[in-house]
Amino acid sequence: MAVKAQLFITCLAEQFFPNVLKGMVGLLERLGVQVAFPDEQTCCGQPFFNSGYHAQARELAIKWLDVFGATDGFIVSPSGSCVDMVCHHFPELFPPGSPEHRRATEVGARTFEFTQFLVNQLKVTDVGARFPGKVTYHASCHLLRGLGAREEPKALLRGVGGLQLIPLPGEETCCGFGGVFSVIYPEVSRSMMEAKVQAIDSTGADVVVACDAGCIMNIAGGLRKAGSPVRAMHLIEVLTAGRAVS
Amino acid sequence: MSNVPTAIDFRANVQQVPSTMPAAVQKATTKFLGNRAALVDALGNDVWQALRQAGHDLRLHAISHLDHYLEQAERQVMAAGGQVHWARDADEARRIVLDISAKHRVKLSVKSKSMITEEIGLNHAMEASGIRVLETDLGEYIVQLKGMGPAHIVVPAFHLSTAEIAALFREKLGVDAPAEAQKLTQIARTKLREEFLAADLGISGGNFLVAETGTIVTVTNEGNGRMCCTIPPVHVAVVGIDKVVPDWNSLTVLLKLLARSATGQKLSCYTQFISGPPRTDAETGPKEFHLVLLDNGRSRILRTPETRETLLCIRCGACLNICPVYNTVGGYAYGYPISGPTGVIFASQILGAKAAGGLPFASTLCGACNDICPVKIPITDILLLLRRRVVEGDDLEGAAAPYLLRVGAQIGSVALGTAWLYRFGSQILKRLQAPFVREGWMSNLPGPLNRWTMARPFPAFAADFRRWWRRRAGR
Repeated sequence: MAVKAQLFITCLAEQFFPNVLKGMVGLLERLGVQVAFPDEQTCCGQPFFNSGYHAQARELAIKWLDVFGATDGFIVSPSGSCVDMVCHHFPELFPPGSPEHRRATEVGARTFEFTQFLVNQLKVTDVGARFPGKVTYHASCHLLRGLGAREEPKALLRGVGGLQLIPLPGEETCCGFGGVFSVIYPEVSRSMMEAKVQAIDSTGADVVVACDAGCIMNIAGGLRKAGSPVRAMHLIEVLTAGRAVS
Repeated sequence: MSNVPTAIDFRANVQQVPSTMPAAVQKATTKFLGNRAALVDALGNDVWQALRQAGHDLRLHAISHLDHYLEQAERQVMAAGGQVHWARDADEARRIVLDISAKHRVKLSVKSKSMITEEIGLNHAMEASGIRVLETDLGEYIVQLKGMGPAHIVVPAFHLSTAEIAALFREKLGVDAPAEAQKLTQIARTKLREEFLAADLGISGGNFLVAETGTIVTVTNEGNGRMCCTIPPVHVAVVGIDKVVPDWNSLTVLLKLLARSATGQKLSCYTQFISGPPRTDAETGPKEFHLVLLDNGRSRILRTPETRETLLCIRCGACLNICPVYNTVGGYAYGYPISGPTGVIFASQILGAKAAGGLPFASTLCGACNDICPVKIPITDILLLLRRRVVEGDDLEGAAAPYLLRVGAQIGSVALGTAWLYRFGSQILKRLQAPFVREGWMSNLPGPLNRWTMARPFPAFAADFRRWWRRRAGR
């Protein structure tokens, strides 16, 4: 029986990086995964949870759990922070022992970030991709420390033909996005982002890869503002480069 | 009278940070982190993780049985001939130290480096009473000459260059000071030696208080602390009630964690154990020993299980060193003597959400602090809880978040949580943005949105996945 994956597309990827999502569909299907898309899904509530608005986060979590709780198979998302929210913070929103808590725990157990799904569930690190050029990798905080995925994204990058992976100084240092932090303390966020952009430029890479839409919009915007020739891409874009989306 | 902060505006403070700060901070923190990493590697990660867990567990045990261990410590200190004073808040603690000073007609007091006396604004209060207070830790000595507080909880003056310190010495001490670390240290050493000998009172904090023997432990590197606690005729140690540890076995674990995490040392150069005044005529040292045990909001932190672990902190500074926000702004931006992630969770609770509600948001929640903390404080979980307290208030304070923001959050959650409204909104935004978009980016957005675009452009809304999916499914 084919492995089934429900797409959890996340707000930021949907609004700003739809090609990442289309690429993810194509790639999962090439790997023999049966892909489904629960159309009623919206925000998981992370922005509210991280800003202290737990009542609102709880409402959104209940809706999200209604939508994905009714599905079967894996739930797969191109964003580490949204998966971290579902897996680790949804259960905190409900009292232990309550039906909601139980459901959050059950649904969380089958929810995976994309690189973890590929490497740890499907046991794939070579997806047959080719991307000639110098690439450096920025580790997104919640994927790295929230979900503990230090090696998975880099294993996938190493599986790409023609790709030269260059270490990024301060690879595991936050880029300064931080969700609501970026607009509450914009000056600090800017300084952190500029430091990240400088580090990226120092590698001489053509492309910087990350696995979270939040980091990418921050870093890509920063690179553009700095007039840097480096492109920021989601890992999925590298893994699907050169393949027409249809 | 004190200079303890009552309200903190992190964003305003950030504007005051000199442009040289980040590079100076990062130079020092990189060195500390490197030294620390080498020692952790030498121990092996498994051993290190086991030590962290042990440190966490025994600190949690200690603060969960504070009444027992504090009373034990008090009995032991008194049995050794020391005097114990309980201070409910900063004001009481200052008054206790001032009363002791008045009794002994203290004109000059010398201080070992201590964060708790910064917390209660002791120097300011003593000076206001006509007592000279001299910081004798080199870093503290320098920032005191400069009229500032510590920029880092372990290395207070690490952001200043030798050239800046030399200029400061020339100006304040009237000496010919070259910009060489060793020469500057020698100048301070000579100046301080006279003061140690003339001082009427020595003041210290305490890194730990060992309950089984009533021993104050101070962890230092310069020897000045030992001078403060041995030469003057009276010694006062101000110690937080959270610093108590059950016994010497516990202390061993914590000393291993502290020196490695703080400065990348196996053990600091001077680790003092102070167990009261001399017991025989043959022993020397201060004839009077006072221990001031300070609460100052700690029992409030303690009663909430979700924030309790704030008090596990051993003030090593590793979370400051690793924090990308701290490395960008330095210590002063936090507006509180204890800065960085651990300072944020401490100060927000000590001062309350109305006064310091902005602090829990001065973090990207990147989690590097959680991973480096030697006693495994779940710092980001506590930050999230404190953010929630800003929004919802607690039993002591109402909500600190502005009403309009809370209404906005409610509207936002309905819009994002209602499927049709969410889809409709994303298509509307694609239309509305048209006049602003150039090459897929928006560079200057109006109103509050410029808080993003002042730093980098905003990507254009481009949602078309759902339509793509439907079309594809329909084929």
